[in-house]
Amino acid sequence: MDNAFIKFNNVTFSYTVDEETGQRIKPALKGISFEIPKGQFIAILGHNGSGKSTAAKMMNGLVIPDEGEVTVDGIPTSDEKRIIDIRKKVGMVFQNPDNQLVATIVEDDVAFGPENLGVEPAEIRKRVDDALKAVGMYEFKDREPHKLSGGQKQRVAIAGAIAMQTECIVMDEPTAMLDPRGREEVMKTIKMLRDELGVTVILITHYMDEAVKADRVLIINSGKAVADGTPREIFKDVELIKSLGLDVPQATELAYRLNKLGYKIDYSVLDEKECADAILRLAGVV
Amino acid sequence: MIKDITIGQYFPGNSFLHRMDARMKIVLTLALIVGIFLCRSLVSIAVVVAVTFALIFVSGVPLKMVLKSIKPLAIIVAFTAVLNIFYIRGGTTLFEWRFLHITSKGLFTAFFMVVRIICLVIISSLLTYTTTPTVMTDAIESLLSPLKIFKIPVHTLTMMMTLALRFIPVLVDEVDRITNAQKARGADFDSGGLKEKVKALVPIIVPLFVSSIKHAFELADAMECRCYVDGKGRTRMKKMKLSFKDFIALLVVAVIFAGIILCNIYFKKVV
Ligand SMILES: Nc1ncnc2c1ncn2[C@@H]1O[C@H](COP(=O)(O)OP(=O)(O)OP(=O)(O)O)[C@@H](O)[C@H]1O
Ligand SMILES: [Mg+2]
Repeated sequence: MDNAFIKFNNVTFSYTVDEETGQRIKPALKGISFEIPKGQFIAILGHNGSGKSTAAKMMNGLVIPDEGEVTVDGIPTSDEKRIIDIRKKVGMVFQNPDNQLVATIVEDDVAFGPENLGVEPAEIRKRVDDALKAVGMYEFKDREPHKLSGGQKQRVAIAGAIAMQTECIVMDEPTAMLDPRGREEVMKTIKMLRDELGVTVILITHYMDEAVKADRVLIINSGKAVADGTPREIFKDVELIKSLGLDVPQATELAYRLNKLGYKIDYSVLDEKECADAILRLAGVV
Repeated sequence: MIKDITIGQYFPGNSFLHRMDARMKIVLTLALIVGIFLCRSLVSIAVVVAVTFALIFVSGVPLKMVLKSIKPLAIIVAFTAVLNIFYIRGGTTLFEWRFLHITSKGLFTAFFMVVRIICLVIISSLLTYTTTPTVMTDAIESLLSPLKIFKIPVHTLTMMMTLALRFIPVLVDEVDRITNAQKARGADFDSGGLKEKVKALVPIIVPLFVSSIKHAFELADAMECRCYVDGKGRTRMKKMKLSFKDFIALLVVAVIFAGIILCNIYFKKVV
């Protein structure tokens, strides 16, 4: 693959250093390699502590590999002189919205990124308004962040990343604090980013129903990439997913359990409609 | 209680004051405060009170909200008033009992002090009510920018100010959370003497300290992700520009200032 936008090449990283030997121990990532082409919507899954957030922080050089290399659009993240170029390409949204909002007024916060990039004032105004509308927070533009709910704050953080107009946005569990409706809106925003603006989206999530909507699913387990493919290919192997401490989408789960009960139902289904179709097919209705 | 602090509390609106350039607003506020302290006669203090109320009216901020900003000062104001009444001697003596004296000058001084403090607080809180904190810090940065000649990192200082303002409410929430968590674990903050009470604060302060540092690291990451380096090459969405109305305001304040001084000269000074 030559059109790879983000490339992990045999990346190893550990946060802790053994005090006696001075060696790095308990690696968070162990020789992981994968590539993300431009314009792809990829979901990264894995149980707690598997190394997803660490991988995410490598995608814009917040964390630099101990061994191996991460490149963004051909630029290695270890190149300190070009780190700003990388961050202009890759935006990031973290899990905790409280620690990402910088300004005391919503619209000023969304403007923070473009201001740092030296964008013209009129253009910033437009980007800020567009970004806030895209996440449905335009009416809140004059409010103070600490008076918003967790989900609303998270949407402002996403707007902040959108306003920077990066080619790629990495989101680390952006929906962890959202209610079902808020999650749906974020998913809609992601779809809009990918389909209309051609943004590469990397979504780290624990919600399988979100992963199903991605073009591709990558599963990380104790610092290694253990499964990689389209949602259909990945979730077909229910036993493997479960052995990695993860769930499959609810529709898949239902079909799988029915199958276990002895109904010869095809459980490579991803949503309710496919599940219903599979059941009807088994019943001979269709 | 701690949640009621009104630093940097912005009241959204579109009044003349809201639309003024923040730099001019800061300078004129300072000028008015100086004017308040120059008052010597009853007429000039009346002018100041009239101006203060006119400003509240122009700002469109509800009177109730403005008065709320004075409430925390009530005790200090009362205390200063009492001190002035009993300590200042001069003019005619109105009341005497053993060591207590009340003189006309003392009464006037106390009255002036109370009016001055109230007007000062109202005028400066109108500044924060009509200016968003971001614009305010931008304006301060711009006003202080001559200090850059002396290698003072003005941008860094004002950025720190913005972040402090942003994180005060976050930390206040955190204190609430930690306090409740410790209470749930059986901590007792209410009984015992002063020593026990101070000791009981340790289990709040230590986690607060840890979490503040965590906030700081995560915030630094988030700022880096958004390409923040330092003030260089940054643009602003809300560009500051002096306009016609700022000069009108300047003129008005100049007239008020002259008025106060003229009143001092032509009317009887009472303090
Ligand atoms: N700042 C840190 N210092 C030390 N160890 C860390 C730090 N951050 C993460 N780790 C360790 O690195 C490993 C991977 O953590 P990471 O945050 O990448 O996991 P994750 O997949 O994002 O988990 P989660 O689903 O809980 O977000 C974990 O074992 C964790 O304990
Ligand atoms: Mg994580």
